[in-house]
Amino acid sequence: MIGRFSIRGVALSVAAPLLAIVFALTVTSLVLLATGNAPLGAFSTMLAQLEKPRIQVNILNSATTYYLSAIAVAIGFRMKLFNIGVDGQYRLAAMLAAAVGGAIALPPVFHVATIILVAMFVGALWAGIAAVLKVTRGISEVISTIMLNFIATGIVAYLLAPGRLAVEITGSNNIGTKVIPESGRVPGLPIIPGTPNLVFGMIIMAIIVGVGYWFVINRTRFGFDLRATGASETAAVASGVNVKKMIIVTMLLSGAVAGLVGMPQLLGDSYTYGLDFPTGLGFTGIAIALLGRNNPIGIAFGALLWSFLDNTSNSLEFDNVPKQTVLIMQGVIVLSVVIAYELVRRYRIRMVASDVGRQLDAELVTTAAQGGSA
Amino acid sequence: MKRGSVHAIVGENGAGKSTLMKILYGMYRPDSGEIFIDGEPITLSSPAVAIELGIGMVHQHFQLADNFTVLENVVLGSEPTKGGRLDFALARQRIGDLGRQYGLEVDPDALVEDLGVGDRQRVEILKVLYRGATTIILDEPTAVLVPQEVDELFGALLELKQQGLSIIFISHKLDEVRRVADDITVIRRGTTVATVKPADVNSRQLAELMVGSELPTPETRESTVTDVDVLVVKGLTLHDSVGRGLLTDISLAVHSGEVVGIAGVEGNGQAELVEAIMGMRTPTAGEIHLGSDDITTWSTRQRRGAGVAYIPEDRTRHGLLQDSPLWENRMLGHQTQPPNARGILLDRKGAKADTQRIVDEFDVRTPSIDVLASALSGGNQQKLIVGREMSGDPRLLIASHPTRGVDVGAQSDIWDHLRAARAAGLAVLLISADLDELIGLSDAIVVMLRGELVATADPATVTPEQLGSAMTGAGGAGA
Repeated sequence: MIGRFSIRGVALSVAAPLLAIVFALTVTSLVLLATGNAPLGAFSTMLAQLEKPRIQVNILNSATTYYLSAIAVAIGFRMKLFNIGVDGQYRLAAMLAAAVGGAIALPPVFHVATIILVAMFVGALWAGIAAVLKVTRGISEVISTIMLNFIATGIVAYLLAPGRLAVEITGSNNIGTKVIPESGRVPGLPIIPGTPNLVFGMIIMAIIVGVGYWFVINRTRFGFDLRATGASETAAVASGVNVKKMIIVTMLLSGAVAGLVGMPQLLGDSYTYGLDFPTGLGFTGIAIALLGRNNPIGIAFGALLWSFLDNTSNSLEFDNVPKQTVLIMQGVIVLSVVIAYELVRRYRIRMVASDVGRQLDAELVTTAAQGGSA
Repeated sequence: MKRGSVHAIVGENGAGKSTLMKILYGMYRPDSGEIFIDGEPITLSSPAVAIELGIGMVHQHFQLADNFTVLENVVLGSEPTKGGRLDFALARQRIGDLGRQYGLEVDPDALVEDLGVGDRQRVEILKVLYRGATTIILDEPTAVLVPQEVDELFGALLELKQQGLSIIFISHKLDEVRRVADDITVIRRGTTVATVKPADVNSRQLAELMVGSELPTPETRESTVTDVDVLVVKGLTLHDSVGRGLLTDISLAVHSGEVVGIAGVEGNGQAELVEAIMGMRTPTAGEIHLGSDDITTWSTRQRRGAGVAYIPEDRTRHGLLQDSPLWENRMLGHQTQPPNARGILLDRKGAKADTQRIVDEFDVRTPSIDVLASALSGGNQQKLIVGREMSGDPRLLIASHPTRGVDVGAQSDIWDHLRAARAAGLAVLLISADLDELIGLSDAIVVMLRGELVATADPATVTPEQLGSAMTGAGGAGA
């Protein structure tokens, strides 16, 4: 019995992503055909890019950032708390952390640690505003975090001006925070041969965050309370969970991880928060958290897939395929994953319920037979 | 039932009143049997069909859009149109006519959220009349009304009746039923027990019919009641957000080894009392003591940690995580205590082993402890909850309808477990709608009505009929 359960369990968990990928490929092929392009050609062009070491490094680097963003979103999702504000949280956090990092002088490890802590603190603080509003005034965190994104944009624009936190960056007409000195940088890792480009050292941080997320959610009492609140708030309250406290703590955690999102770029590449600092990563995180089903391994695959699509989209132009096709692919993938998992989940519940019923019927028959023979 | 009459249907909670009404309104399909209107057999496949046949239903919980006006609510779903646009003038006129005709006048432009409960009910009735109903089903219409509003409602019902409409009136308030109904049908455990004329019975006789006259087999057992106070509630008062009293000056004590039963028609404050004792609601006044501790300001978790176990009334909403495996449900409510936790970490091994123990000891029928709670039948879910709450040597058990929706075999198992725990010194506060269960298990019974404890009864001498009368306010129980 147990054996059959697990074999089918494995089959079912593989079925969902497979179904989603097949569906997404089909839809994308139709789109390509409709726009007069050969789907197979486009796909193979993109796959061929994978062989280039430079592209490999880029994929890993973007995926590191996406991963952190998706984990920040997933922390809230596990409690049915929708932190749409990761975007504002990471931009404000990265800007202030960059300013602090450029202004202070500390020994190497401490310098980096300070910048990271400032970023986490600012991210948590910004998310915390939404949490306090929700707990004290019942304001939906969806609305408040979206609005806080705009406020963050405003604050960053205000502070990022010469005379405030910004200076002119030499050799360009860009402005940014004072450049972080060597002691505050995280060196890249030469793990991909054949290219001078380095993988962000912060990839290790992303892995630590992923393991920490898994451990806290699945192995601690806090994680149980968090999941219970997400599964059924009423049952969680009856079990003694203080939901208001959970909202505050979870939002702070989500914001703190959101604060890390800008760090790989800041500490591993640009060393300053300038006008060209990447934006929109928080929204990518939402899509990838959905794609990865809030599971730390699933999110890793989701982040790599997303990053692969992003970093190979330029190659489509060689085939005269508009690179925006990739955006369609990404959208279709998220939709099909959400639908496929829901279908498989319903199927699984029906199967288990009928299994339980069958087993109990069988037991009844055995008992009756024993009763008859006795 | 006849045209132009009021027919009341009475019965205990879970006797099948609402199910019957849902069949009449087309929400459920009957397994067998036929329904006739004017001598014609009909099939009620959906509420839309029921409405077409002139059956209208006023639900116990109002189904109105608060931010719409009365007019908009009444026409919602059957909006009059003229050339594709809403024709409010016509609707306004019809509502005015209906209101005058039946004495149900309401300002059509008032927002529903500004209306009182009585007016909202008129809007519900207007809505049904607007759709041309000739048979109106009222599901416990007086449950939410104050006495004056009840009088007004009854006046309107009389008017409707004289105009030739038929009214089906569901209630368990027997004095009201006797006042308004022309015929009374009593149902119990899903079948019709009797149909009587209100003039022929008194409330007490009705109550007897409702609860059935068969007495539970008296428990030949020794009292295990000690004089050790476990739960002491003093002057507990609870108001809702607008200051209406949900609980008024409740005082009671449960001793070690004692089962105190609370009898009452549902919705008279039992749920609120339980939630106040569990720390899920903050009382307006009064104190709650557990042993020597004043726990009035403690959190739910502190209370649970101090040995308060809780079998919630609604197991799907409060007792289980439906989409989590059984062993995770074993932790729920006890996630801070061994064998489920070690420090701040979960003890998954311990929880799984203990879940297996509960499954074996409490005869939970399941293929494995890894299946989701939703895969189990209601009775097995309940056994899991009872087993969970009995674990870890609780001092006090708050048991809300512990055998609701459970088959007879599981019910007697759960009773045996409760008795054994009581003999071992557990204090139990038992809330149940099953009067046999209350009388059979309790060492003392208090009756709750409109948020107050109105009577006490000795389970050794009281009969279900006496309890039933006290619960419905028809007369005192033999104290």
